[in-house]
Amino acid sequence: MSQTMTRRQFFKVTAGGFAGAGLGALGLTPEALQAATRPFKLERTSEARNICPYCSVSCGVLMYSIGDKAKNVEASIIHIEGDPDNPVNRGTLCPKGAGLLEMIHSENRLKFPEVREAGSSEWKRISWDEAITRIATHMKADRDANFKTTNEAGVTVNHWPTVGFLASSAASNEAGYISHKVLRGLGVIGIDTQARI
Amino acid sequence: MSSLDIQRRSATTTEPPQARHSVEVAKLIDVSTCIGCKACQVACMEWNDLRDKVGHNIGVYDNPADLTDQSWTVMRYTETEQNGKLEWLIRKDGCMHCADPGCLKACPSPGAIIQYTNGIVDFQQEHCIGCGYCIQGCPFNIPRLSKKDNKAYKCTLCSDRVTVGQAPACVKTCPTGAIHFGTKEAMKDYAETRIVDLKSRGYEKAGLYDPQGVGGTHVMYVLQHADQPQLYSKLPDNPHISASVQLWKGWTKPLGLAGLGLIALGSFFHFVRRGRKVAEDEYAAREKSLATVQTSQSDQPPAERV
Repeated sequence: MSQTMTRRQFFKVTAGGFAGAGLGALGLTPEALQAATRPFKLERTSEARNICPYCSVSCGVLMYSIGDKAKNVEASIIHIEGDPDNPVNRGTLCPKGAGLLEMIHSENRLKFPEVREAGSSEWKRISWDEAITRIATHMKADRDANFKTTNEAGVTVNHWPTVGFLASSAASNEAGYISHKVLRGLGVIGIDTQARI
Repeated sequence: MSSLDIQRRSATTTEPPQARHSVEVAKLIDVSTCIGCKACQVACMEWNDLRDKVGHNIGVYDNPADLTDQSWTVMRYTETEQNGKLEWLIRKDGCMHCADPGCLKACPSPGAIIQYTNGIVDFQQEHCIGCGYCIQGCPFNIPRLSKKDNKAYKCTLCSDRVTVGQAPACVKTCPTGAIHFGTKEAMKDYAETRIVDLKSRGYEKAGLYDPQGVGGTHVMYVLQHADQPQLYSKLPDNPHISASVQLWKGWTKPLGLAGLGLIALGSFFHFVRRGRKVAEDEYAAREKSLATVQTSQSDQPPAERV
């Protein structure tokens, strides 16, 4: 059914529209004065403390992950910011630290021990037990072969000069002390920290 | 956030409730202690879930080269010679959260720009129509339209964090403490201590940048050369809302509305005094006039009805 609008109807509708718009413009059709900020995204996330792995400053970080650690929930870190209670950085982070989230979710991040056997070009995943046993075996063999109890002058030195150790930058003073004790106990001389890289 | 905490809403005439007193917040950027590390840029992107595309080096440290819908804050680097010494001035650029926001004034879409009573000027993208007037209205050239959704974006002063009592992400991360956050009063007090220190170190013209042309801002700078804001990557000397926005939204619009009101009022009185004008039915009128013609010229055949 085709409906035609007469000239008169057209004027009426137009005038009505103008009147409505005018009422709105004059504030006679009040709108709700409402707005909302973005919801605070950390509200019920799980918070965990950690240490930034990059440099020797070892800033404290807070890691926030989705989920409340319930059995059926797969946690995933959604945000990282500085830990205000850590005396080292008191909540601040440098640009690398502020972007830690990207490192955590990087496809290139190493998440488990891998080994490249001699002569192979492939990295192969191994278990932690296997990795630790392998390292211990290598260390034992090397120490047995190269340990020096005395130097050329006959002075007792108990050195193990063929192995170096790279300690973690995330180690606290206490962890650093223990690392030092263990390594010096084995006779290791070359001790350094990842923090200097 | 409760509707009661709104100070202004774009293109809306509804008056906000005003009885409650709320504390104004501010971010203070001390240019003299900034080392340009860009932690604030990273923290901003991380918190606000933005990821700008990897750009190109344009020969200077500015990276990205300009604000975008994904980069709400950028560091702008300037080399200048002052008092015979080379100075490297690094300014963190971004929304200034003006007390009298040009973007909000220019915005034609109801509710797309909100000013909260704590001073934060926030864009509500769901109401944004992508006209870009806010960019024209901004005295600091800050908002940017997204090519993805054609909506305007800018720094929110982390309104979501401030609402729950936290500091903006850039403030929290700043390793040198060049960015501070607190009440506007506290920030002015802290700025004063910085200015005294700068003056004692030979920066005679050190001062606070809180331009009154836009009613003051909720992001303020401590400048070593407060007499020459232009040095800092063309920070305006005396920013104000552009004349065209002032003329259109400040004068023409209210005048137009007043005219509209007068017309409505006039029509009402006309209706009451004179009543409605009853027009004769056009068809009947024509018939009548034809009949008159026919009676006067009865020897002619009746005219065809059109």
